[in-house]
Amino acid sequence: MKMSGEKAVRFGLMLLAFSSLASLLLIAVFILKEGVPFIIHYGVREFLLGLNWQPHKQEYGIYPMIISSLWVTIGAMLIGAPLGIAGAIFLNEFVPRTVMRIIKPTIELLAGIPSVVYGFIGVMVLAPFIRAYMGGPGLSVLAASVILGIMILPTIISISTDAIGAVPNTYREAALSLGATRWQSVYMVTIKAARSGIVASIILAMGRALGETMAVIMVAGNAVRVPHTPLDSVRTLTANIAMEMGQASGMHRQALFATGVILLCVIMLLNGIAISVVRGGVRRK
Amino acid sequence: MDCAITVRDLDLYYGTFQALKKVPLDVMRHRITALIGPSGCGKSTLLRTLNRMNDLVPGVRIQGQILLEGRDIYAADMDVCALRKRVGMVFQRPNPFPLSIRDNVTFGLRVAGQTDRDVQDEVVEQSLKGAWLWDQLKDQLNRSALELPMDQQQRLCVARVLAVEPEVILMDEPCSALDPIATARIEELMLDLKTRYTIVIVTHNMQQAARISDYSGYMLLGDMVEFGATSGVFTSPKDKRTQDYVSGRYG
Ligand SMILES: Nc1ncnc2c1ncn2[C@@H]1O[C@H](COP(=O)(O)OP(=O)(O)OP(=O)(O)O)[C@@H](O)[C@H]1O
Ligand SMILES: [Mg+2]
Repeated sequence: MKMSGEKAVRFGLMLLAFSSLASLLLIAVFILKEGVPFIIHYGVREFLLGLNWQPHKQEYGIYPMIISSLWVTIGAMLIGAPLGIAGAIFLNEFVPRTVMRIIKPTIELLAGIPSVVYGFIGVMVLAPFIRAYMGGPGLSVLAASVILGIMILPTIISISTDAIGAVPNTYREAALSLGATRWQSVYMVTIKAARSGIVASIILAMGRALGETMAVIMVAGNAVRVPHTPLDSVRTLTANIAMEMGQASGMHRQALFATGVILLCVIMLLNGIAISVVRGGVRRK
Repeated sequence: MDCAITVRDLDLYYGTFQALKKVPLDVMRHRITALIGPSGCGKSTLLRTLNRMNDLVPGVRIQGQILLEGRDIYAADMDVCALRKRVGMVFQRPNPFPLSIRDNVTFGLRVAGQTDRDVQDEVVEQSLKGAWLWDQLKDQLNRSALELPMDQQQRLCVARVLAVEPEVILMDEPCSALDPIATARIEELMLDLKTRYTIVIVTHNMQQAARISDYSGYMLLGDMVEFGATSGVFTSPKDKRTQDYVSGRYG
């Protein structure tokens, strides 16, 4: 009786585990099945490097959107990474443990704010500000970068804080006992020792920034073109899929799936790098 | 007198717990001074007051006087970083940085802003020689320090301190993570270093204290029970408690 109960639970859990895995796999397979044939049919070069995205004319070049995604992501990293790492260092080295125990969960809570809220703030506050003081349409690479930069802060701070916190205190003591100031011990020893965790946090955050859709649709302006300045409106890969999928059919629909394939590849690549960086760091210790 | 460090009436509290009680200590220049006593009696605490590493502990309170070459190290105008360059420290567990051997030794120089390669090379050589590591390691200076065996790691930590040219070297049970052969080498090294440096060592190992130290202090529950020339402390202790401890009758 008891045994059969155990078995039933085990079987149930296994089923759940497999079904979640299977659904992930299905999604990937589905995207690939819809997207890859299109890429082959349309031509890899034409698809990746084509300058025109005009579905009504059967033109499906996603180059402008690749570049826009890159600009927005890099911009977000330029803003989010230094702030996040500085925040993590500050929390670890210069804030008492008790205070840290309150601040860190609060920051992690920020990750739970829906992206539409960030987008809303971008539209209502940031874009008008940029339009008024820097020119351009306001909805722009810059606006998207700032909003995304803030959105990825929790990821960077949380993982970097853990990595820095895991640096043995003996390193700090050794550095200070050799006459280093607090700050010297941080940048000459602590950051180096926590390097792999910090890099991983940045790469994971990059994946988030690249994949974010809602907030970007709201603040990037969505014009399909290669940006020349950070004040230009752009459309990212994710925004393109989300905005057009509703009305698309046939080739157009497949082209959107193909865009998804490209995104999937880039994000898997980033995650792969993050995982190998972390593993490498562990092995060295 | 030939005192490098003089401690007078030192009280130290961790919060409300008093870890040191009116402790006196005279550290003679170019001699080895050993601090012995049972676990938790305050040896490490006393050692760490000498280079103000205790400042890092939240809630620590210190009263009394510690003079380094006649100057109060807890005076308001004391530069703590400069003090720690004069009073170096070797820890219980070898703790080289996760950097190359060379970068470990040059750490103190880089902290002080000395970036000249030639100066650094010279110091690396001298320091590694001083810690008896030069012959083994001179061809692998770029190797990670963490790959070295324990006793070489500990001597690298000594070299790292020597590179800063301290006056005093504090060692907190520097051999406790090492085997007897490695321990013997560190002891010989200390006897060699004593000609140029003043050394204070904390040790659990009574034979070690008897073998290498010139002066010994026996501590118990935060008190300095007895302090004097090592031969005296070990062969004709004045205090009954010291006698019990050095004869192995303690606990
Ligand atoms: N950071 C601290 N906060 C509170 N109490 C402490 C702290 N460090 C040490 N103590 C206490 O102070 C007393 C002396 O500690 P200390 O480490 O100096 O002993 P010790 O003689 O070095 O012992 P051992 O031989 O085990 O290293 C102990 O009772 C210890 O519990
Ligand atoms: Mg101790």
